Amino acid sequence: MTAPLSPSLTAQAAMIDARYILPFEAAQEADHPRMGGKCASLARMIAMGVPVPRGFAVATDAYGAHLAANGLDAAIRAELAHLDTHNVTDEEARSQAIRRLVTDRAMPGEVEAAIRAAYALMAPGDDLPVAVRSSATAEDMPDASFAGQQDTYLWVVGADEVVAKVRACWASLFTARAMSYRADHHLGQIEVLMAVAVQEMVDARSAGVAMTLDPINGDRTKIVIDASWGLGESVVSGEITPDNFTVEKVLMQVQKRKIAAKTHEIVADPAARRTIDREVEADRQSQPSLSDDEVIAVAQLARRLEKAIGGPQDLEWAIDRQGRLVALQCRPETVWSQKKSAPQSFAMGIEGVLGTLLAPIQKKT
Amino acid sequence: MTARTSFPSAYDLAAPAGAEAWRDLYPYYLMFADNRRAEEDGKFWFCDSQHWPNPFKPFDAVTVEFAVKCLGQYNTRHYLVPPANGVDFRIHNGYVYMSPVGVAPDDIGPRVPQFMDRAGHYFMNWNTLLDQWLVKVKANIAEMEALRFDDLPDVVPVDWVKDGVGLDNTVPLSEAYDKAIQLLYRTWNYHFEFLNLGYAAYLDFFGFMKSQFPTISDQSIAKMVQGVDSDLFRPDDELKKLAKLAVSSGVAAHLQAGSVDQVLAAMSGSAAGKAWVAAWEGAKDPWFNFTSGNGFYSDDKYWIEHLDIPMGYIRDYAARVAKGDEIDRPTAEIGAERDRITAEYRELLDADAQGAFDGKLGLARTVFPYVENHNFYIEHWSMSVFWRKMRELSALFHRAGFWENADDMFFLNRNEVRDAIFDLGMGWGVGAPATGPTYWPAEITRRKAILAALQSAPPQPALNTPPEVITEPFTIMLWGITTDAVQKWLVGSSDASKLEGMAASPGVVEGRARVIRSANDLGLIEEGEILVTPVTAPSWAPVFGKIKATVTDIGGMMSHAAIVCREYGLPAVTGTGSASSTIKTGQMLRVDGTTGEVTILSAA
Repeated sequence: MTAPLSPSLTAQAAMIDARYILPFEAAQEADHPRMGGKCASLARMIAMGVPVPRGFAVATDAYGAHLAANGLDAAIRAELAHLDTHNVTDEEARSQAIRRLVTDRAMPGEVEAAIRAAYALMAPGDDLPVAVRSSATAEDMPDASFAGQQDTYLWVVGADEVVAKVRACWASLFTARAMSYRADHHLGQIEVLMAVAVQEMVDARSAGVAMTLDPINGDRTKIVIDASWGLGESVVSGEITPDNFTVEKVLMQVQKRKIAAKTHEIVADPAARRTIDREVEADRQSQPSLSDDEVIAVAQLARRLEKAIGGPQDLEWAIDRQGRLVALQCRPETVWSQKKSAPQSFAMGIEGVLGTLLAPIQKKT
Repeated sequence: MTARTSFPSAYDLAAPAGAEAWRDLYPYYLMFADNRRAEEDGKFWFCDSQHWPNPFKPFDAVTVEFAVKCLGQYNTRHYLVPPANGVDFRIHNGYVYMSPVGVAPDDIGPRVPQFMDRAGHYFMNWNTLLDQWLVKVKANIAEMEALRFDDLPDVVPVDWVKDGVGLDNTVPLSEAYDKAIQLLYRTWNYHFEFLNLGYAAYLDFFGFMKSQFPTISDQSIAKMVQGVDSDLFRPDDELKKLAKLAVSSGVAAHLQAGSVDQVLAAMSGSAAGKAWVAAWEGAKDPWFNFTSGNGFYSDDKYWIEHLDIPMGYIRDYAARVAKGDEIDRPTAEIGAERDRITAEYRELLDADAQGAFDGKLGLARTVFPYVENHNFYIEHWSMSVFWRKMRELSALFHRAGFWENADDMFFLNRNEVRDAIFDLGMGWGVGAPATGPTYWPAEITRRKAILAALQSAPPQPALNTPPEVITEPFTIMLWGITTDAVQKWLVGSSDASKLEGMAASPGVVEGRARVIRSANDLGLIEEGEILVTPVTAPSWAPVFGKIKATVTDIGGMMSHAAIVCREYGLPAVTGTGSASSTIKTGQMLRVDGTTGEVTILSAA
């Protein structure tokens, strides 16, 4: 594909308030705990030379500073003291109250200034669309099933909106669902920290996910790709049936293509500064959202990440309208990888041959 | 097409018009006999058109008799393969049908210790025994080469008389013939000494990989096992060497001089040319003992007897070298790719499976060179000498007035040839005319008509009701015949423009079809065409430099065609069942060697 989208931010590091802002490109391994899982994964990919849209993490310390300021911490604790996660009505009411506290209390001035300065570096004209996503810390994300419970805001434009969405992400820590989850897993409610990713929006022509194993049977020789038109959110959320490609990862060959009728796509509405979910024109619905070359490019990217990180991965990717492929998120595959297979024993040599003759495998034609 | 659950019975398959008397051509023990109908109809038989795509001349049936008998003996009597005896076979309407013979469940267990002892010894001592094998096979070939079929002289040589030999010239003649048949029998014994075990070890690795990666492609497994250099590629490599030598020593223009004799004469005019002729002569033995057929037919053309074939290939290669093309197989790249994919699959395995992977792959790689190389030593070299000797004998009869054409002996079965030798010798000894010249020409004419009629009708893919699941290991290993494949034969294809086969060598190409039914038509192939054929032989190697892809009716992942296509980096779909009859020369095709799909894109 092409060069990374992100120009070096390191030269401008001096203008960054390193207490609260961690540019993906400049982040070191030691910074990762302060960035949350998602941002750390992006930083790691950039360090590997993988094309990733430029952006920065609003560090956990920013959230910590917000909590500490203006007695917010104590106010939340007061609500939590009476939280009953088994009482849905009570839990929902307290969730709303806490979230209001998080979004309404004034943000410490130096935190807000740091966010605005970091955004301004990316968007000198205050008009660059970004995605603002919560990036939970590792302790809070024991498996992927929890990821995505916090909020994601697409096509956010302007520093004011960015600051507002950062708060909204912080507040999303206290949805009823998130609080129940933590209660069920004996995790502290207020001890959990959150970082926020602010990342340049990709105006995706096609996007989706890639898993470096076959989710049907766990076969690690396959990379399975779901792809659809527009932003990947429609694929991730399961709103449409995506195209489905199977790639043999060692030979790097497309082995199966299932082209679906992709009726809707999520695309930018730049004038309205938002994304819209619109119907796809009839003739484009059943066209493949990826060419074979693009399928291979996505598979190669996924394979590269799998090798570098070690173990099966689940990749979110997008291809912009110029045909550039970028990685949006990469996390370990959890379903098959956590299945502990019983220790296998194998008959070897002549014993193995005998076993094969007695029970020959069905060669598939 | 409506789905059926059974193939027809042989007993209901009438001979094509004009071939009603076909049973006269073949031995009684290869017939579906009327008084065995119940028994024979109770078995499932599949047609082996992979090895024997055309109806046999009577003599040529010796190849199926010896080959399949010897295949069976190694399972049944040498190694006692626990679940499998041999493969029973019949000829019907000129084609051969096979039916594997299982072992009764109660007898399987008791065979295990014998198998472990006997087959275990081979696996433990594979390379030592294989070195020994090569010595035996070369000695066998040398004995065949030494056979002489001399015309009977007017009188017994006077020194025989004075030395008191006490024999006449028909004695060495008939002994030479008997010896030829015995040496052929030995050839086919040797052929299977390693083959069944080699395939079994390969299948063990294959099954292991499928157990670890349920959807791993057959071709990935094959690629890890397949050798980078095989003696099977040597003949083609020799042609490439000669082409490069002609270009580099500045004598390539002489290749255009005309016939092989004219080329050699033109070459002899210069020192460089003489050096080239010496290299050509040096390559001939053994590497031109190579057929464009598969070694199973008396009319297979061997390069050493048809020097225009290798010379034509050399001419093509030289033209490509002169253009600056790279004609060598990219062995370094193929080797590196093999290492790469082996390392990658290994890395994807759990730690406890990696040790098993190493062991099973190691064994498969130990045995596999035999699976590839034997083909040169048996089907090519040994059979080249055998058929050449038999043609010498046939020509002798021809000179004695037994038949009209030099090669007509192959319309006699092998025992009738023995009779004919006696007939010839009897006339010679008695001093009266032999009967043959007044008997065989008319009989041969009758047999030719029967064969022509047999050739007009293609075989059935199988006979009778297939088992629900095919588990017989040799059916799967050697013929690639699976439950799925048989079901496809039964159902036929619903979409006439699409054919499915085995994804034998990866890649997708589009191009013009060239349907080839016989090796004699290989010259018709034009640059960039897709070869469509019932079955290919690896010796078609030189045409693989011209074509874009291969589609066959018959053959699995380990068919010789698949091996050569992978070696040449060409997409291949094998075992389509009917490509060569469905596809017409000139049609545009898309061949997807990765999925095994062939699409007919447009009319011719």
